[in-house]
Amino acid sequence: MQEQQIAKGQETLFDAEEMVLNMGPQHPSTHGVLRVILKLDGETVVGLDCDIGFLHRGVEKIGEHDTYAMITPYWDRLDYVAAVSNDLCYVEGVERMLQVEVPKRAEYLRVVLSELQRIASHLLWLGTHAMDIGAVTVLLYCFREREEILKIFEDFIGARLTAHAFRIGGLQWDVYPEFESRVRDFLKILPSRIDEYETLLNANRIWLQRTVGIGILPAEEAINLSLTGPALRGSGVKYDIRKAQPYSAYPDFNFEIPIGENGDTYDRYLVRMEEMKQSAVIIEQALDGLPEGPVMAKVPKIIKPPISEIYHSIEGPKGELGVFMVSDGTGKPYRMRIRPPSYINLQSLKRMSIGHLVADVVALIGTLDIVLGEVDR
Amino acid sequence: MLATLISLLFVAPNWVRSITNEKQPNVFWSEYVVWPLIQIVVVLFIVLTLVAYLVYLERKVSAFMQARLGPMRVGPWGLLQPLADGLKLLLKEDIVPLKADRAVFIIAPIVSVVAALVVLAVIPWGATWATIANVNIGLLFILAVSSVGVLGLVLAGWGSNSKYSLLGALRSSAQMVSYEIGMGLSIIGALMFAKTLSMSGIIESQRISGVWYVFFQPLGFLIYAVSALGETNRAPFDLPEAESELVAGYHTEYSGFRWALFFMAEYSAMIVTSAVAVTVFLGGWMLPGLTGTSLFGIGPISDPTIHTFASIIVFGAKIMALIYAYMWFRWTWPRYRYDQLMELGWKWMIPAGLANIVLTGIWYVLALPKSQGGVFGFLRDEKGQLVPKGAGILYFIITAFIVTIPIVWGLLVTINRRSRDFNLTEQRQLQSQLRRERLEKMLQEQPKPAESVGQ
Repeated sequence: MQEQQIAKGQETLFDAEEMVLNMGPQHPSTHGVLRVILKLDGETVVGLDCDIGFLHRGVEKIGEHDTYAMITPYWDRLDYVAAVSNDLCYVEGVERMLQVEVPKRAEYLRVVLSELQRIASHLLWLGTHAMDIGAVTVLLYCFREREEILKIFEDFIGARLTAHAFRIGGLQWDVYPEFESRVRDFLKILPSRIDEYETLLNANRIWLQRTVGIGILPAEEAINLSLTGPALRGSGVKYDIRKAQPYSAYPDFNFEIPIGENGDTYDRYLVRMEEMKQSAVIIEQALDGLPEGPVMAKVPKIIKPPISEIYHSIEGPKGELGVFMVSDGTGKPYRMRIRPPSYINLQSLKRMSIGHLVADVVALIGTLDIVLGEVDR
Repeated sequence: MLATLISLLFVAPNWVRSITNEKQPNVFWSEYVVWPLIQIVVVLFIVLTLVAYLVYLERKVSAFMQARLGPMRVGPWGLLQPLADGLKLLLKEDIVPLKADRAVFIIAPIVSVVAALVVLAVIPWGATWATIANVNIGLLFILAVSSVGVLGLVLAGWGSNSKYSLLGALRSSAQMVSYEIGMGLSIIGALMFAKTLSMSGIIESQRISGVWYVFFQPLGFLIYAVSALGETNRAPFDLPEAESELVAGYHTEYSGFRWALFFMAEYSAMIVTSAVAVTVFLGGWMLPGLTGTSLFGIGPISDPTIHTFASIIVFGAKIMALIYAYMWFRWTWPRYRYDQLMELGWKWMIPAGLANIVLTGIWYVLALPKSQGGVFGFLRDEKGQLVPKGAGILYFIITAFIVTIPIVWGLLVTINRRSRDFNLTEQRQLQSQLRRERLEKMLQEQPKPAESVGQ
């Protein structure tokens, strides 16, 4: 454990000894098997260290032993609350190596599905974040709406959580006939439901006290920590890969990138709430302009990309999800490196937590929106 | 058969008296042993059943608030769920952690539950015979004994030899001690009107003046309600057992029936604090239309037993309404942070309580009869007791709502103007600026990029 700076200049009458508190890996609010070692002075955090790796499955190494098509399902298990977005990153990476043109319809459907996934992921985040701060009811409300999305996925993909939605070259099947109307129905209820959460939280004095001014990350610091996603945008940096390096069909749609001002927990909360609304706007546009046609490009049965290397990244719900792949011309990647947003965002926890109380650490783990499947890979 | 049983129940006190009085004229056994024992058994039985069903109610209420069903499997509508839970907890293995302080670990839940149950003795559940002990310092007794309960939590936290338990215990002791002060201060205003600490006496004086003290003491009631939430460790003040931070706080290491004892203590504390609130502020078992001889216009009823039972039902209904509010709060609001909780206790509740006492005192002295040095003379002497009547009632209500509350609010704002959580927008900018300055200083001192975490 690293030596931490202890608040200097504090004189104590007795020998004040810091208490080391081991939070996790089995703890209700570390969002999985994260172990946080806290050094406490009373309840104030003077030192913090994250111990990760309890969920390590060696996905990157597995990638070197499986063919390109076989790897895709492993990506579902990385960020298991946003499986569809993960797949998008991988299949687009391979498609770029193969230089395959994906049909327009498939691109649009991919956008619809991954934006639905973003809403689902943010709903789960909101619920758990609110529950960490003590508002349990929000969790159940969020799950109610997430359930609708999962049902839509289930009917299309067959799985609810680890939804293996995309294939290299497009989609395996076209969507079922009622898909569009069901997504539209969901979009109709979503704004009123988001209003419900905001009624419970936005004007709530306790919620404000617990989130405003907690874990402030100024823009420069957030950039230095290479934060991405809503955590970065909460600090006021307008960086979103959907706009910065557009992929898939995103250039076709108009949407806003919400940003925060102060970079505290409350701003990150507001950014994610607004992102959900923007995702709904994107889905609406994609459904309106959904072209007819095939959903699968012509892809060889055995995928052998030419000798090349590629870095492809997408804006996942948690931040920049990237894949770096090296192909040696065989059917298996020579190396597959994943850039997991949760892992890289997690390193800001220490910076944010020191000086706050134990209760804030819980809120800060929540505000980073980490998923341990992705952190440990 | 059933009718006989019910009639037996109705004449119970007299019946007990008759069997004991027949042979010996001494009323000691009947008055002070047999009848109180029966009362104790009945009250304990009802309250413990109530506790079990409050858990059920809590689960149902939370379920309905959260768009789900709650317990549905055991019995119709899950009504037998508390029974199944209790049985399960009784049959569980009795685990004492190896490194725990065994004696302390075992005593702690007992202290908690005893403190919570003893105070049931002085609560006036209804009119006439429905109080186990009508102690002349009933209210003081409740405040004193329920503060022993915190000892149980501290012992539990210490005896468990676990860091989470210890943090929970430290939190709860600080919290309960500070909220007790607010609680004690909040009821003094009402006591000025009641002039007694006897629970039945407080209800009686509300009956004489004809107004529930919540109208004379809206601020006192508010402070009491908030402090009671803090005192019973209920959300949004459930820090000692904050699940998301401390796993389960002081009872992290407890399982089986010992854990159930803590649970029982928490829920009976809820009943007791609600009962005190009902007694002091909400008129106890009184309801407009319910008098000794008539029941909402039905009557005249000569049997006082009917009146007693009706009053028990009214008292219970008021308690349940308050407990429902407790549950409502719990499932709606997030949790306070420890420092915010202490701030609320010491910077808001206690000054407000003190100011309330001073202002109420001033209004009271001004309203004294002119012969006693008052100005308005709204208080009239009735059976040796000064009671506000007619315009006096209006005077006290108006002063409480229109004068006291704004003055106290202004005072609190003055006290808390610079507090961290008062003006959040300003505070956020300040924090942001401080953080920026710190960062700049850090960058100047250390031009190298910061090292990574977790390696």
